[in-house]
This record gives sequence, structure tokens and C-alpha cells, in this order.
Amino acid sequence: MSILELKGLTQRFGGLIAVNDVDLSVEAGEIVGLIGPNGAGKTTVVNLITGVFKPSSGTVTFKGRRLDGLKPYQISRMGVARTYQVVQPFPEMSVLENVMAPAIFAAGASSKAEAMRAADEAIDFLGLKDLRDTLASELTLAERKRLELAKSLAMKPEVLLLDEVNAGLNPAEIEIALEMIRAIAARGVTIILIEHLMKVVMSLCSRIVVLHHGAKIAEGKPDEITKNEKVIQAYLGNRYAKANAAEKPNV
Amino acid sequence: MKRPVIALIAFAIIACLPLLGDNYLLRLGTMFAMYAVLAQSWNIIGGYAGYPSFATAAFFGLGAYTGAILQGFGWPMPLAWVAAGLLAAVFAGAMGSAILHLKGHYFAIASLVLAEVLLEVTTSWTSLTGGGMGLNLPIIRMSIAAQARLFFWSMLGLAVLTFLMSWYVSAGRIGFALRCIRQNEDASSMVGINTTRYKVVAFVMSSLFVGAAGALYASWVFYIEPPDVYSVMTTIRPIVMTMLGGAGTLLGPVIGSAIFLVIEEVVWRNFLSVHAAVLGILIVGLIFYLPNGIVGAVARRFRKRGAENGET
Ligand SMILES: Nc1ncnc2c1ncn2[C@@H]1O[C@H](COP(=O)(O)OP(=O)(O)OP(=O)(O)O)[C@@H](O)[C@H]1O
Ligand SMILES: [Mg+2]
Repeated sequence: MSILELKGLTQRFGGLIAVNDVDLSVEAGEIVGLIGPNGAGKTTVVNLITGVFKPSSGTVTFKGRRLDGLKPYQISRMGVARTYQVVQPFPEMSVLENVMAPAIFAAGASSKAEAMRAADEAIDFLGLKDLRDTLASELTLAERKRLELAKSLAMKPEVLLLDEVNAGLNPAEIEIALEMIRAIAARGVTIILIEHLMKVVMSLCSRIVVLHHGAKIAEGKPDEITKNEKVIQAYLGNRYAKANAAEKPNV
Repeated sequence: MKRPVIALIAFAIIACLPLLGDNYLLRLGTMFAMYAVLAQSWNIIGGYAGYPSFATAAFFGLGAYTGAILQGFGWPMPLAWVAAGLLAAVFAGAMGSAILHLKGHYFAIASLVLAEVLLEVTTSWTSLTGGGMGLNLPIIRMSIAAQARLFFWSMLGLAVLTFLMSWYVSAGRIGFALRCIRQNEDASSMVGINTTRYKVVAFVMSSLFVGAAGALYASWVFYIEPPDVYSVMTTIRPIVMTMLGGAGTLLGPVIGSAIFLVIEEVVWRNFLSVHAAVLGILIVGLIFYLPNGIVGAVARRFRKRGAENGET
């Protein structure tokens, strides 16, 4: 049985159909890539899964339990965590306090000491140890993105939705982030990865789903997706296809 | 752990005020205690949760009338005070669920309307409240001096209870949740915080002792009328006092109450005719130069010194 299942998921904003009849089923332990041009509806899908919006129609099922209609705090307590495309730290709190919040409220730590232990573990895991007592408002963008990851890890999630955690990072920082995502997946966390950098998607994901104007236009293995005509037209563009074709003989 | 203990010792010292035998000082002491109740209560919703509540006068007035009416029915004074606090809390719980989903100034305006509505209801429900004529409270058989001491100690006791509640909030899970909500409400719900529940709890906490203080005030002054207990100043003062001392801090509201009272008294004595104007200018100036309040400014000074020491 799949751990997360979307059926006929649809979200309207007034006249705009941001997400249009999307079906998706994610198996436990998978890393699924969710790609598509700007405004395709990727973030809206995350918002529907995490309860920020109640879907106009369709269902979200997590381990056999319906999530649609629940509040974000309820969903996060059940084990579905996310990171924000635009990072959302608590600016006046230290890194430690930021990570303790989900340990206490979402993961249900029984004491402050236990929350601190869980937070420290997530902080160490993401290499933020030296910044433990720094205010979140004083972090660089790359550090804030890692803080987002640490916060979501402290929720002890089974499913993690990563919304462009690499956007705005330089190549060296992306390498680090990639390693962290791999390490998180290695712990058995199921990941849905929203990402514009095809290199990252190709190297991490076992399966890719493509959204365009809110609708799913393709789904499959990475090499199938890069050859898909519809996807090339809607998103990857001919440039990518050609570059890819030019690279192929060399491999 | 040390600061709250120092505050409790300070309260204990203030409790010895009647020993001086000065009626004027005793009246000031009672005022201080009342202000400390209101400011500390506002600090929970306005300071920790960051929701700019203008509902203090609603809770205070509701408490004052509840206490006065119940005493009129023959209830013993302390019981009437407790009932007044509880009714204010129930009222806050019901209203909070309705208006706390509003953000920023929308919430501020909605909370301001509460006192206006209660003022209207109180004024028109003449059979119960005496309407615009006001309400007299039963006479207490006790010497004037004994009464002054009784009300002073009762009000100070209420201030200490409010302080203990603030301490509980600031040190625990509730305060942590409220601080998260103030900084980023969406992110708070995403880390598992039931934001609606915590906001309502904060609103109720900001009403309980204010309602009781309203009833105590009614007993103290013997006579209440709607414009007095539902006065906008009852709402504004605690906000100014808290910002003056430091919003979202444990000691800020108490320190702010004391300083505000001193300023108010000095201005009142020396600039009687332009009292409001002078007070207004002083308030604006203080808030402008002390945006984080006195506690915030002191904490920053310490942090800076700490950082300098760390470097050298
Ligand atoms: N709260 C909202 N109200 C109205 N329209 C919205 C709302 N959120 C998103 N939209 C619209 O829905 C569409 C999909 O937006 P969404 O943010 O999901 O795209 P995206 O795929 O995440 O894009 P990007 O790659 O730029 O992050 C856009 O047209 C957007 O303007
Ligand atoms: Mg997006």
C-alpha cells in the first residue's frame, strides 16, 4: 500500500485552476520529483497535502487516513512535514529554539530536556552545531535552508515535502544540501522533492512527476521523462533535450 | 530562575507599605497593584502572542459590574470577585474564538468594539445595572483605615497571582507556543502548534485577573458608572505600561506600571490643566526612544557588553 495517495486533487482560486485533477501515489521510501514551470501548481500541491488549503475537490490519503480537511498542526503531528519555498524561521529565536518547537509540538517530546536532545540531534545531523545559539535572523540563506530541514527533521516525519530547498544556493552549497537529502532518505523518510535544477532531480529521484498548468502531464523514470515530448515542450525546452542528446554519445 | 524570586521579594516589601501609615501612599500602592494586574494580563496576549488586544476595558468593566451586582445580591465580597474574574474569562473565551482569527489591526478594532458593546448593554439594562445613573455598592462595616489596607493587600495579592501566571506562561510550553505565534503564525501551525487553541488560552488568561480587578475596584470605590469602568484609558494604560517596561518580558509590565504611575502622578500634580497632553507627549517620546521597553534596553546593553568581553 502506498504511504501517500492523491486522488483527483483539484484547487481553484476564483477562476484559476491551480491544481487540476491530480492523481499520485507515493510508495514508502521513495524520492519522488515534482517538477514543472513557474506557476504550475507545485507549491499549491504541497499546501493541499499539509492542510494550508482545503482542496476544492479530491482527496489526500496518508497511510490510509484522510488528510484533506485537517488543520496543518494535525497533519504535521501525524508525520507529514514540509519545508517552505520561502524560508519561515522564527527570527527572534536561536537555531536551537527553532528546532525545539517542532520537537515539542509536532513530535510530542515529553519534556524540555527530551526536546532539546531531539533538536540537538537534528542540528548536528545538518551540520548546524556551531550555529546552535545564533539567532535565526542572523543566518545566511544557505544556513536558513538547512534550518528549515532541521526543523522538519525534528518533527520525526515519515513523509517530507521539500519545496525548492536548493533555490538561491551556490553549487558548493547545493552539493552539501544534496548529501543531506540523501542522508535523510537513507533514514527511511519518504521524500517529495520540488526542484528546478534537473541535475539535482536526476541524481536523487527514482520517479518524476511533471505538472503543467495544474495538471499532471507526465510521470515516470528520470530517463523516460527527459525524452517525453510533452515535457520537453512544456518545461525542459529544446535546449535541454539537445544538450542532453549531445552529451549522450560521450557517456 | 533568580529574577522572579527578586520580583516576589519586591512584592513582599511593597506589602509592608501600610506600616508607613500614609493614606496617599497606600492609595498609590493600590493603584500600582491594579495597574500591574492589567499590564501583566495584557502582556500575555499583546506581548507574548503579539495580538494587539484593546479588550482590557471590556474585561474590567464586565468584572466591575458583575462584582457590584453580586454584592448587591448579598454575595460575600471575595466570592463576588472570584465570580467576576470567572465571568470575564468565559466572556473572553467565547469572544476570543470569534475574533482571534483576525490579524493585526482587524483584531485590534474587533477587540475595541467589545467594550463599546458592553458599555451600551450596561447603560441600557437599567433594571440590573442602574444604567447611566451608576451603581452603589453595599456599605462595609469596617474603619476607613482598615478598608484601605484590605483593598491594598487584596489588589496586591491579585498582582502577585497575575505575576505567578505570567511566570508560568513565560517559563513553559504556553509561552513558547505564543512566542512562535507572534513571530510567524503560519510556520507555527506547521510545526504542530494548535494556534487557535493557544490564542484563545492567551486571551482568556489576559481576562481572568482583569475581571477580578474590576470587581475589586468597584468594592474599593463604592460607586461605579459605565463610562468610568469601560473607559478607553483602562485599555490604553496597560498597553503603554507594558511597552514602557518591555512587552513579552516577565518583569517589563510590573516595572512599566510603577514608572507610569509615578509619571502620571507627577504630571497630574504639576500640569493639572494640560495633564493629558503632557502625558501623551511623554508616552510618545518614551516609546520612540525605548522601542523594546526598559527591560529590552537593559538586556541589550548587557548583551553588547557580553559580546565585547567575548571578543577581547
Ligand atoms: N493563495 C493563492 N491565491 C490565489 N492564487 C494562488 C494562490 N497560491 C497560488 N496561486 C496561483 O496558483 C498558481 C500555482 O502557483 P504555485 O505557487 O503552486 O506554483 P509553483 O509551481 O509552486 O510555481 P513556482 O515554481 O514559481 O514556485 C499560480 O498561478 C499562482 O498565482
Ligand atoms: Mg512554488
